[in-house]
Amino acid sequence: MTSELNGAHYDCLVIGAGMSGLAAAIRLAMFDKRVLIVERHNAAGGLNSFYSIAGRKYDVGLHAMTNYAPPGAKRLPLIKILRQLRLDRDQLDLSEQCGSKIVIPGYSLNFSNDFALFESEVAQVFPEQIDGFRRLVEHVKSFNETALDIQEESAIAVLREFLSDDALVNMLMIPVCYYGSARENDLDFSQFVILFKALFMEGFARPFDGVRVIIRALLSKYRELGGERKMKCGVREIVADNGHASRVIFDDGTEITADKIISSIGYAETLRLCSDQPGDAGRDNTGALSFVETITVLKKQPASLGWKDTIVFFNNSEHFDYRRPKDLVDCRSGVICFPNNYQYSDERKLEEGFLRVTALANYDRWAALTDQEYADAKDQWYETLQRRALDFLPMPRVRDKEHTTPPMVAHKAQARLVLEQYTEAKDMFTPLTITKFTGHLSGAVYGAPNKVKTGRTHLDNVFLCGTDQGFLGITGAMLSGISMANLHVLGAG
Amino acid sequence: MTKEDVKQIVLDIIAEIAPDEELSDIKPEVRLREQLDLDSMDFLDIVMELRKQHGIEVPEDDYPELASLDSCADYLLPKFEAKASA
Ligand SMILES: Cc1cc2nc3c(=O)[nH]c(=O)nc-3n(C[C@H](O)[C@H](O)[C@H](O)COP(=O)(O)OP(=O)(O)OC[C@H]3O[C@@H](n4cnc5c(N)ncnc54)[C@H](O)[C@@H]3O)c2cc1C
Repeated sequence: MTSELNGAHYDCLVIGAGMSGLAAAIRLAMFDKRVLIVERHNAAGGLNSFYSIAGRKYDVGLHAMTNYAPPGAKRLPLIKILRQLRLDRDQLDLSEQCGSKIVIPGYSLNFSNDFALFESEVAQVFPEQIDGFRRLVEHVKSFNETALDIQEESAIAVLREFLSDDALVNMLMIPVCYYGSARENDLDFSQFVILFKALFMEGFARPFDGVRVIIRALLSKYRELGGERKMKCGVREIVADNGHASRVIFDDGTEITADKIISSIGYAETLRLCSDQPGDAGRDNTGALSFVETITVLKKQPASLGWKDTIVFFNNSEHFDYRRPKDLVDCRSGVICFPNNYQYSDERKLEEGFLRVTALANYDRWAALTDQEYADAKDQWYETLQRRALDFLPMPRVRDKEHTTPPMVAHKAQARLVLEQYTEAKDMFTPLTITKFTGHLSGAVYGAPNKVKTGRTHLDNVFLCGTDQGFLGITGAMLSGISMANLHVLGAG
Repeated sequence: MTKEDVKQIVLDIIAEIAPDEELSDIKPEVRLREQLDLDSMDFLDIVMELRKQHGIEVPEDDYPELASLDSCADYLLPKFEAKASA
């Protein structure tokens, strides 16, 4: 029951305790606004969270925190976040990736947090393209992707102005789409620039204990500042009067009022809470892209099996199709992640090995299954994705004496046997899991295809932050929460 | 209250919002942005901290007055004095 809140008034209500909502709420509490953050679930973190099954913690979300910035770096998003939220970088306990790659048949490009490696890889694999690639990089560097008034441009069209080999264009698109495009196939060039910088020019890092570390840092900062938070408290309705939100009703019927409301739950999702909007409001701007992910707990460190990459982005042809699949899953392309493969300090090693494989999925197809069909489909696609991942990984290397390979077993079958033998536990989540845990329509991880960069809605005191405001991923979400709180609540005040 | 006091107050605020910056040899007459890595978000925080810690209001049109430590002192000193005598 939240009834003790009934009739309370706040300077600002923040809906959703994901990365963006927490960041926004911290900014407001820091400057003495009376702020309440409400979250429908019992855990904070939203799209990026963790759960336990059978005593095992599964980190849902965090493959990699993008936008790594080393100590002393200037003007990078991570530095801005640390300053704006007054966090100490040690609190995030970030370790850099070991190295990642993009693989399609016949081509492989390695990259790390040192951009020079990527450039030299492109020079080696695509010698004819390197001049164009360098000019593209210059264009990206000088591009002001944060301006609110940029004309939209097709990223693919811009890339083709610089690069004549579509294999390279597609190889650049795979990580960029998978790590942050809400649009099918193409994306706006400014979004491409944000992601290119975040992934290749800045890079990947991870806290040893996963996403919990970041959530904990945000929660404790918010608590320290005296911010109020209510978990298991969903917003049922935003009552609108003449273009203004006059009060808010929670799931249990409790009513409160707030001068301003910042919603992190999405564009259509927010509209549909408003009493002056139809139940299908925003349906022309809801996301189509969702994912499945398999999580395999290994009995060994992946590196000891010869799997040393941090992330592998793969696609099985030169043509890359990034859209909602017709089938339950599209296993032609995807992302493989080994959270073990970060340069953790003090020789720390995650206790168990993890192999995670992500691929595009169709929400509606999963939603139409009966319980039994759903369970069967999970098993079937789990197997399919493991096989696909093995196609793009080196043959697992095993030194244990007791492991004897049956003679005449084909290479691929042997790889499968090894993986099976070293699997300790497995799980898989689907688009339905994503919707269940985040409330995002259609399991759309990256939200609406058209972002609302100003954060404004049809109500003069309701603003959006997070996924549908335009900055994606963990770092992007925090930056979005900060900038919307600054712009719409602090700056004006 | 002197201009030096005001400069120290501003420096203390900068140290709080940008602990990663080296503040020991800031030239008071040179624009802060030229010596430090401060962006508009950081300047917003300087203004917010002046309000929170000292009750001093800086309207948005006056943000340029905060360009250097000297200009901060010139602009803010009368505000601090008015506050003290109020
Ligand atoms: C499987 C997966 C893997 C990912 N991997 C990475 C990664 O490796 N690196 C990375 O940077 N990013 C990753 N992301 C993306 C990243 O998680 C998101 O971009 C980011 O967390 C979005 O934060 P947000 O605050 O905008 O939204 P959310 O996290 O969705 O927060 C919204 C919150 O609002 C709550 N809510 C919804 N409706 C209501 C209501 N009516 N009332 C109250 N509360 C409500 C939800 O429960 C949720 O907690 C991944 C996402 C997923 C799903």
